[in-house]
Amino acid sequence: MSSAVELDNLEKRFGKTEIIRGVSLDVKLGERHAVIGPNGAGKSTLFNLISGRLIPSAGSIRLRGENITGLRPFEINRRGLSRSFQVTNIFPRLTVWENVRCAVLWSKGYKYSFWHNIDKLEDVRARTQEILEQINMANRAQIPAGVLTYAEQRALEIGITIAGGADIILLDEPTAGMSRSETEHAVALIRKVSEGRTLIIIEHDMGVVFDLADRISVLVYGQIIATDQPVKIKANQKVQEAYLGAAGHD
Amino acid sequence: MAELIIISTLNGVLYGMLLFLMASGLTLIFSMMGVLNFAHASFYMLGAFLGFQISQWAGFIPALFLAPLIAGGIGALVERYGLRTVHKNGHVAELLFTFGLAFIIEEVIQMIWGKLSVDYRVPTWLDFPAFTIYATNYPAYKTFMLVFSIAIFIGLIYLLTRTRAGLIIQASLTHPNMVGMLGHNVPRVFMLVFGLGTALAAIAGVIAGAAYVTQSNMAALLGPILFVVVVVGGLGSLWGAFVASLLIGLLQTFAIASDWSLNKFFGDFITPTRGTLLFDVWTVTIAQIGPILPYLLLVLVLIFRPTGLFGTRET
Amino acid sequence: MMNLIKSLGIWIAAAILIVILPYVFPSGASITTMCLMGIMIIFALSYNMLLGQSGMLSFGHAVYYGLAAFVTAHTINWAIKSGVPLPLPLIPVAGAVTGLIFGIIFGSVSTKRAGTAFAMISLGLAELVYSSSLILRSFFGGEEGISADRTKLIRFFGYNFGPQIQVYYLIAAWCLLCVILMYAITRTPLGRMCNAVRENPERVEFVGYNPQLVRYIAFSLAGLFAGVAGSLAAINIELAQASFVGAAQSGAVLLAAYIGGVAFFVGPVLGAILVTYLSLTLSDFSEIWVLYFGILFVVIIMFAPYGLSGLLMMHAQFWRGPLGSRLARFGRLFGAYLVAAVPALIMLGGAILFIEMIHHVAQKGAEGANMHFLRRNYITINTHSVLPWIGGIVAMIGGFFAFRLSWPTVANAWHKALLDAQRSGA
Repeated sequence: MSSAVELDNLEKRFGKTEIIRGVSLDVKLGERHAVIGPNGAGKSTLFNLISGRLIPSAGSIRLRGENITGLRPFEINRRGLSRSFQVTNIFPRLTVWENVRCAVLWSKGYKYSFWHNIDKLEDVRARTQEILEQINMANRAQIPAGVLTYAEQRALEIGITIAGGADIILLDEPTAGMSRSETEHAVALIRKVSEGRTLIIIEHDMGVVFDLADRISVLVYGQIIATDQPVKIKANQKVQEAYLGAAGHD
Repeated sequence: MAELIIISTLNGVLYGMLLFLMASGLTLIFSMMGVLNFAHASFYMLGAFLGFQISQWAGFIPALFLAPLIAGGIGALVERYGLRTVHKNGHVAELLFTFGLAFIIEEVIQMIWGKLSVDYRVPTWLDFPAFTIYATNYPAYKTFMLVFSIAIFIGLIYLLTRTRAGLIIQASLTHPNMVGMLGHNVPRVFMLVFGLGTALAAIAGVIAGAAYVTQSNMAALLGPILFVVVVVGGLGSLWGAFVASLLIGLLQTFAIASDWSLNKFFGDFITPTRGTLLFDVWTVTIAQIGPILPYLLLVLVLIFRPTGLFGTRET
Repeated sequence: MMNLIKSLGIWIAAAILIVILPYVFPSGASITTMCLMGIMIIFALSYNMLLGQSGMLSFGHAVYYGLAAFVTAHTINWAIKSGVPLPLPLIPVAGAVTGLIFGIIFGSVSTKRAGTAFAMISLGLAELVYSSSLILRSFFGGEEGISADRTKLIRFFGYNFGPQIQVYYLIAAWCLLCVILMYAITRTPLGRMCNAVRENPERVEFVGYNPQLVRYIAFSLAGLFAGVAGSLAAINIELAQASFVGAAQSGAVLLAAYIGGVAFFVGPVLGAILVTYLSLTLSDFSEIWVLYFGILFVVIIMFAPYGLSGLLMMHAQFWRGPLGSRLARFGRLFGAYLVAAVPALIMLGGAILFIEMIHHVAQKGAEGANMHFLRRNYITINTHSVLPWIGGIVAMIGGFFAFRLSWPTVANAWHKALLDAQRSGA
């Protein structure tokens, strides 16, 4: 199987503080891969590096074999990698419809056009509608995103992430702060939208992780201490130590 | 030549220090509150006019202390009853509010003191040559301005690094939210810093007004240069504001003393016809483009270092 | 076909309005005023492509307006001198191109940054251009500026554009064209991405767009439309002056757009009309009208951040249900406004009296004690008497407190109207 995302000895320092300390990882195409680890392990930093929000201090990132180290976020996004954010990151004063449509536009090739009437673009309209139905928000389309409930905003966050049709999706704690029933809905949604795609997910809810993931990587203090199938991760001695150790501080 | 260089350096440093008196207050306010006070130069102007009026009534020394106090008080009130109301509407609204304020201050000053320059003079007891370099007398008042602004500068450093209030302010520069978490009354700190910053600008106004021209357009003339200083230095960086102040002070002072033009050097080779654009460019002297230099510097710095010389923050 | 008429209806109505306005207001002064309004509408809408649509606060938008005005004057003079058959109605194209080119040049420097830094850079660039205008005399014409006789160009279907009414129709036609184009741009992929960049530039990067490029294109297009406005301004007074690129001109367009309201497309149109009207009429009442103007601006920033159009839109939600109940609802609401308006006017009158008296004593002391209030010869006030001072202060402060007392009435009426409207909407 060929690789979707390959990280080679990735490092990130902020001044003297080293957050990511030599991470190598190979996520295969079509795989559902979870990244877990205690708070402050550097999980979100890792996502920020892969998606181009931060530039690595050393090491390289490959996307389907192509070196994307140092590219800007929009360049990486155009190569088919899309991400969501841990802190909801939407367009608050635009409607739900506009939020999703903004995320659809680039993939349909309209770029910076100021000569197409946006309401007459049938392909954009259809795709926007399709995404809204997928995230069960078709009936909320005309509401400003800023006034949605938290769970709805999280769903919209996922909608924006998948709208551009990227086949590699990074979700950063999609269920954080949700109630049990909301989490169940979210997991069903994630399962649905990641069908046939590569998914990398950061998640604290172990139920969700073991339910969804094909493989799991455990990140502790900026290093991956294990990458394996869920069953084997459970049995891994180092993981046990790291988690039992970390549990005391949590 | 050496005479010119020494005198220009003195004047340049003096101008730079005056700029820094203003830029420091502007930077403090910006760093803490995220608001670039568009009316900052207006408080400089207010300081000059109040200084003029008070020195008419009571003499220069009372003016030196009362005018900044009054201007700072007005600044604090503006923060308390104006900016704080606007704050919830975001930084653009705040910047626009201070823009409107600058507008109003200029009009009020015109309404009271008129559009012509007022007769604000160097006090007679400081009106003598302090020392002579080659053949040039350097005025005592300019020496006083230099010493006074350096004293304020040292006082500011002391305040920021050695006092508790200063530590809170410094902490707010880097971690504005945390300071609030630690239980300090952030709104009151904001009000005081705004008052302090505007008072610093007013001090510059009181001492500069007597030496230069005190007129209702002085804020409009100086304001843009002040903003160039803080952008070139890097928004929010005190050190950057200091370096940029001196840089622009020296740049403009040396430019004024220079009659170089392209024509002077290349006039023998190319002589453009009068009335063409090339002629204008050819014959303009460095002294004439002095007013443009800060803006050219701004453009150059932005092309090569978009965050400014010492800037880190994006907005 | 019905749909087409429906979507074009508002523009057809606007076109008809433009044609008949000179018949409704035929005096020379009102034609001149409407010309200025038309120019300001284009200019303010182009400004709103930056501020309202894309979140860029510019203090130097007059650069593109002014430079286009100069190029326009030079183009007219060149066409006359060289005999090129260039009719006046096509001249604004030169302005548009100028605005676009300078937008592209200066935008490449300024749109790399957003927020406060962008605002300061726009200010610095404006100062750069303004200061240059004093040096490059051959292009900017020094103090006198560059004048251009529009009537000497080749005639356009027999019109030489000597009479102001012909210029009115020229400005009006360009104004309508530009308004339609700018409205259309808001409904394109770029227009929507401008809104997205305004809301959350970071997230835009993660949906495939470069926010700096979005800003850059919007900035250049805004320069283009500002160029049309500047060109029309030069045609209108047959002169381009250094003040066209100055800070006051940049400030005026900011005020017009903001007072009208930047959140709605129509806002800057209202603002341009109002600000032009006020700037022409207020000077009849007071020498210090600019001060009142500044105060109005600050009051709007503080209490009505969405401007006039925002206030109007707030009332649109009450326009529901059967006509009778709509009218009744508005009747009750305006009744409450009236209750608050009385003390507000007293406060305003007192404040104006107080300010005018200070101005008179400070600036016109030599003319004697008597002041003509609001420049009306029939209202004479003795500024040396203590009575008008006390009257002014009492009216100002008393009015303020009475206004505060009356405010709950308004809030209450507002609340009731809202409930009523929701009930009849459901």
